[in-house]
Amino acid sequence: MTAAPAPATDAPVTEDGVLLDARNVTMQFGGLRAVGDVSMQVHAGEIVGLIGPNGAGKTTFFNCLTGLYKPTAGSVTFAGQPLPPRPRKVVYAGMARTFQNIRLFHNMTALENVMVGRYCRTKSNAFDAVFRLPRHRREEREATERSRELLAFVGLENKADTLSRNLPYGDQRRLEIARALATDPKLLLLDEPTAGMNPQETREAEDLIFRIRDLGLAVLVIEHDMRFIFSLCDRVYCLVRGEVLVEGAGDIVQNDPRVIEAYIGAPTVVEEDGNDA
Amino acid sequence: MDLFWQQLINGLSLGALYALIAVGYTVVYGIVQLINFAHGEIFMTGAFGAFATWVVMGSPSSMSWQVAVFGMLPVMILGGIIVSVTMALLMERLAYRPLRDAPRLAPLISAIGISVFLQEFVRLFFGDIPGMPDSKRAIPFPNIEGISGRSVSFGNVNVQISALFTLGALVVCTAFLWFYVNRTKTGRAMVATSQDPDTARLMGINVDRVIMAAFAVGAALAAIAGVAQGMRVGNIDFRMGFLAGLKAFTAAVLGGIGNINGAVVGGLVLGVVESMATTFIPGQFGSPAWKDVWAFVLLILVLVFRPQGLLGAKVVDRA
Repeated sequence: MTAAPAPATDAPVTEDGVLLDARNVTMQFGGLRAVGDVSMQVHAGEIVGLIGPNGAGKTTFFNCLTGLYKPTAGSVTFAGQPLPPRPRKVVYAGMARTFQNIRLFHNMTALENVMVGRYCRTKSNAFDAVFRLPRHRREEREATERSRELLAFVGLENKADTLSRNLPYGDQRRLEIARALATDPKLLLLDEPTAGMNPQETREAEDLIFRIRDLGLAVLVIEHDMRFIFSLCDRVYCLVRGEVLVEGAGDIVQNDPRVIEAYIGAPTVVEEDGNDA
Repeated sequence: MDLFWQQLINGLSLGALYALIAVGYTVVYGIVQLINFAHGEIFMTGAFGAFATWVVMGSPSSMSWQVAVFGMLPVMILGGIIVSVTMALLMERLAYRPLRDAPRLAPLISAIGISVFLQEFVRLFFGDIPGMPDSKRAIPFPNIEGISGRSVSFGNVNVQISALFTLGALVVCTAFLWFYVNRTKTGRAMVATSQDPDTARLMGINVDRVIMAAFAVGAALAAIAGVAQGMRVGNIDFRMGFLAGLKAFTAAVLGGIGNINGAVVGGLVLGVVESMATTFIPGQFGSPAWKDVWAFVLLILVLVFRPQGLLGAKVVDRA
């Protein structure tokens, strides 16, 4: 648990410290406007929360950022550079993510999963591999060592050789984080990292995210667990029906009547003769 | 009993040939879920590439077996690999990549089209290349001193050196593939892509490159098989890829398509079944003309009773 992976040092951030700058991102599926005009900034070393009721467009927004969807309108800038909507380029630029529904490579071991994440940071090609040139061997060794460090970092050092589908649920979530960290990101996107976890596991996940921030990474996290998000995040965006409803420090957002209304429903509805919509 | 051993070794060498081709079907299928029906033609272009390389070298004919085996043969194999890999990559780029998001049937039909195209291309065009013989009929494959037509005897069992070459090539290629898939980053990327292409992309894997690598690996092995076939049979022709491709596809399905070990096992089993059937089934049903029937009967039996193939359930080794 102690071996701290090298922090992302060479993060060339714009002068005002903005790492991710999404402007007026819109995603239209036919007649459905899943994400509308969402603007968001994430600064280096910051933990930002993204909340909102089911179907608010949080995951769709993540997919727009990571190049899985090509936004209908708007622009995404990362570390001062425009971000092309191609997943591979996004990872190279320094943004990595986890998934709401765990998407590990189920028939690979935990270590292999993490090593897949190292792929984009190694340079050896098929030629090096076939002839077992020193570069290939050195890179393989480095990738293995780094991946083991990351497994230790998330607390899975004893499960390196376990097939990922045989890992308990909480371990799978942590393995996804280790795999994302293996790509040397500057910004980590976590899609509901505590979904389905018990309170003990949730606390551990919280601790892990703090330790990731201490490495110098920025974190953008989607969550439903309010206690989790307000104890963790420097700033929170609340997304409702595809649009940013409120943005600000955790406690401000938490007490905003509009946020409460979006989650629980407006108190006026009850007074309308029980005709709740 | 000698007959049994004789047929076993014959079957294994035939099976090794099927296996070398079958790996190409299985690797590509494992990653893009495409049955590349043009793969038999890639095997054929590999054999023609090796032949053309021999012509370019000046059609050397008399030399010591050392020079032939350790000098000429490797160069011919390399030439064959270059041709077949180039063909496979062109095919991927021009015929399959544009259809990657199309319904599954579209690339399959494209594959059949490519297969016909390559056959006709070689038939009509190969002879027009300066120095190359007319390719409308079978072309005699160059004599490799020390391999072609030679055999060794173990008791009453006679083993062609070309059969030993095929088996040896299979062993070397399988070892190489194992290393490639399990010990290199491209191999890991292949396994990852075969399990979940979208996630692989989101982890920074260049999926286009991985798919090209899969086609290239399959084509290289097919070219080696093409040279082996040329030495076994003594000639090559533009039709040689059709039945060999079909048999290798059968082998891949037999072993469990998508599974590399399965392709190797499936190839060997198919080869042995074919050669045993022509020997131990009595009457006209055991005549050599029936060997293809028994091969496809085996395929049907496997599809009915074990559709995932002999090793299909063991998806761990999928790549």
